[in-house]
Amino acid sequence: MRGIHKSYGPARVLQDVDFELGSGEVRCLAGENGSGKSTLIKILSGVVAANAGTVRLFGQPVAGTDPAAVIAAGLSVIYQDFSLFPNLTVVENVTFLRATAHRHRLVHRGERRRLAAATLERMGVSLDLDEPVETLPVAAKQLVAIARALANDARIVVMDEPTTALTRHEVDNLLRLVAGLKREGVSFIFVSHKIEEVFTVCDTVTVIRDGRVAAAGSASDFTPAALVTAMTGRDVSSQRLARDETAVGEPFLSARGLTRIGEYRDVDLDLHAGEIVSIVGLLGSGRTELALTLFGETRPDGGTLRVAGQPRSFGSVRDAMAAGIAYVPEDRLSEGLFLDQPIRDNITVSSLDRDTRGGWLDVAAGARRAKAAVERLRIRLQNVAAPVVQLSGGNQQRVVLARWMERNPKLIILNSPTVGVDVGSKRDIHELLVGLRANGTAVLVVTDDIGEALAISDRILVMAGGRITATLAGDRATEHEIAAEVAKEAA
Amino acid sequence: MRRTLSRLAASPQGIMLATGIVLAIAFSIINPVFLSAPNLVDLLRNSIVTGIFAIGVLIVLASGGIDVSFTAIGAFSLYATTKLLIVSGIHPPMVAIFAIGIAIGVALGLVNGLLIGLLGLPTLIVTLATLSLFRGALLTFVGTLYYGTIPAEMVAYSRQPLLAFHLASGRIVQLPMAFLNLVLVATLVALILSGTMFGRKIYALGGSEEAAERIGINVRRVKLAIFMLAGGIAGLAGVTHVTLMRIANPFDLVGSELNVIAAVVLGGARITGGHGTVSGTIIGVLVITIINSSLLLIGVPTYWQRLVVGALILLGTGLPIAIERYNLHRARLRAVIAPVTALEASA
Repeated sequence: MRGIHKSYGPARVLQDVDFELGSGEVRCLAGENGSGKSTLIKILSGVVAANAGTVRLFGQPVAGTDPAAVIAAGLSVIYQDFSLFPNLTVVENVTFLRATAHRHRLVHRGERRRLAAATLERMGVSLDLDEPVETLPVAAKQLVAIARALANDARIVVMDEPTTALTRHEVDNLLRLVAGLKREGVSFIFVSHKIEEVFTVCDTVTVIRDGRVAAAGSASDFTPAALVTAMTGRDVSSQRLARDETAVGEPFLSARGLTRIGEYRDVDLDLHAGEIVSIVGLLGSGRTELALTLFGETRPDGGTLRVAGQPRSFGSVRDAMAAGIAYVPEDRLSEGLFLDQPIRDNITVSSLDRDTRGGWLDVAAGARRAKAAVERLRIRLQNVAAPVVQLSGGNQQRVVLARWMERNPKLIILNSPTVGVDVGSKRDIHELLVGLRANGTAVLVVTDDIGEALAISDRILVMAGGRITATLAGDRATEHEIAAEVAKEAA
Repeated sequence: MRRTLSRLAASPQGIMLATGIVLAIAFSIINPVFLSAPNLVDLLRNSIVTGIFAIGVLIVLASGGIDVSFTAIGAFSLYATTKLLIVSGIHPPMVAIFAIGIAIGVALGLVNGLLIGLLGLPTLIVTLATLSLFRGALLTFVGTLYYGTIPAEMVAYSRQPLLAFHLASGRIVQLPMAFLNLVLVATLVALILSGTMFGRKIYALGGSEEAAERIGINVRRVKLAIFMLAGGIAGLAGVTHVTLMRIANPFDLVGSELNVIAAVVLGGARITGGHGTVSGTIIGVLVITIINSSLLLIGVPTYWQRLVVGALILLGTGLPIAIERYNLHRARLRAVIAPVTALEASA
């Protein structure tokens, strides 16, 4: 791939990206959420067309959008959700792609069975061929997806976040399998956040940041810390926001030994009113899972939680909200917003009780509140009755913030609040958070953006492998220091 | 073998088969007439049209869609075919008459298919609309008067027995030829679903439309074909209905959609798509028919039919979901706890 450009409307997603993969090479495509790496994969697999640049596959130019031709040429993408047919058996899933690609009309049962068995044997795994895929564990589903690609003679396998859902043992097995196939000349592209994988399995690395190649080269030329910096170092120049000293009293929320099996372990955490705390960690470090427990969405398996000095156990999100906790999710598009609903309703929806008079909803009062919030947060819009989907990313994020601020929360948890938000809006959102802090709200920011953590935090906690591995003071920590801590999991 | 058995026990077909057998035994104990030849033949006869419709619905449900317009297609085909023969005065053989009915059904199915496949509209909305549309078009443009006398070929066909029982009383009980239509459609569709790539693509679509798209299946074309096939089957059901009733009433059939869909769901097809077999569907149809026509036989008031059908749907579809959820829960615990304990043991 040479000089790839891609824009969606005014948003430039990829600019002048070069990407190369040799035979039997394992290359890691690293980058944060929203960096443009998924778009690059979509272009490579023929799902979308680039605006400029050329893609050559095995020396042949690939033009336009024809995913079937790319598959036929020998490139298979294994999506994070595996894109299998849960209702069909292992045999059918493994051989479906090949049967479709060869335009079969009838089902060649015996032939398909032999092919599936041979492919799984080549991979050195044994699975019940007649088991429906939906009853298989995640790791086995992934093996089926890989087998499907191999059964269709794939020579390049693209794996999107292949290890996110796997246990350590399963990851080891996968990496062994990849190493074996590599010797047969199969090339891999690992789309990944995980530093550890880059060094155990990948020969070469390409880091994408803000739609450009931030770094590329042999994996051995990178140190873990250098890689983290290349991935997350956007907006390095960001200045720390000025703030008043606030007196720190009793913690509003206090966790001791909080554990949820398979997600995070032994987490001690204190959050005070008028304090901004960041949890910095990579995807899969347990950062999001911890936040979800604090917001009552999941129950911990062990440990204690105190809110305002009282021991609490949240049975549901409603319990957490009643205790004054708000949560701004990572994926605001699918979890945070009612996209087709008016901006006004999106802002007032979780504080409707404030507009309720004797059981009836006072719509006018809600509209007034929404207008006031729009002005306060400087949301740029034509009309509060317009659907949220018409707003830009930064403005959408402000709508989510506005909604929670209408509830006057005592603790607001934000998960990756500025992903996919332009630099200007990002600054605005940071200022808003510092404003909340001045009003005596406790703020917890979950992020993999080190620059962001440095700009706003009073304290920075580093999370890796499900544990909090370091606590740093926001005004003294350096980017390098945090990057080294974040990457420690690799050691 | 044990796994196959335990899978069957946890599957809707298995539960339905067991229910059907239990019902049949119970009914025959309460009233031995249930097991008599006339009653059994009557059961089969009553399940013909529902059965043919159900096979068509199965195809759509397996692909992840839903079809409620098939009764309107059937009614259209039954009335338009009969009227065509009567008005034109032609006398084609019975096979050709069925072919006309099927062709009308395919044409109407094409309308569904184009709206769903090409425009990408949701199946429920489209077929809800075409249910009204086809029925309205039939009554407005084709006619509303029912024909009490149907063409001679149809009458002759309807008198031909596939099986005849001579009872001691001197009465003759006949299973009509039309039963073959159900057998043929069921066999053909069973072969298509399990033996052709088109059939497997139907299940693939029902499993995950996005995944189907990603491996290069032409989803629109498959959908178009599904609705044409389902339309053709509904058309055949319509003409079969005429031969069984020996009248052509344009107001027949419409209204029985939910009964048919209930039979298919009882037989193991899931509303969410991807599951369902012809054999299961036939079992579902038989169970529904037994309940609808035999409860009276054992002295249960007819209002109980709806109640029993409702309870069976909940049992037949709810139980497998509950079992599956329990299995998933156990699988999650296994997957999560094992590595952690291993980790702790090594620490």
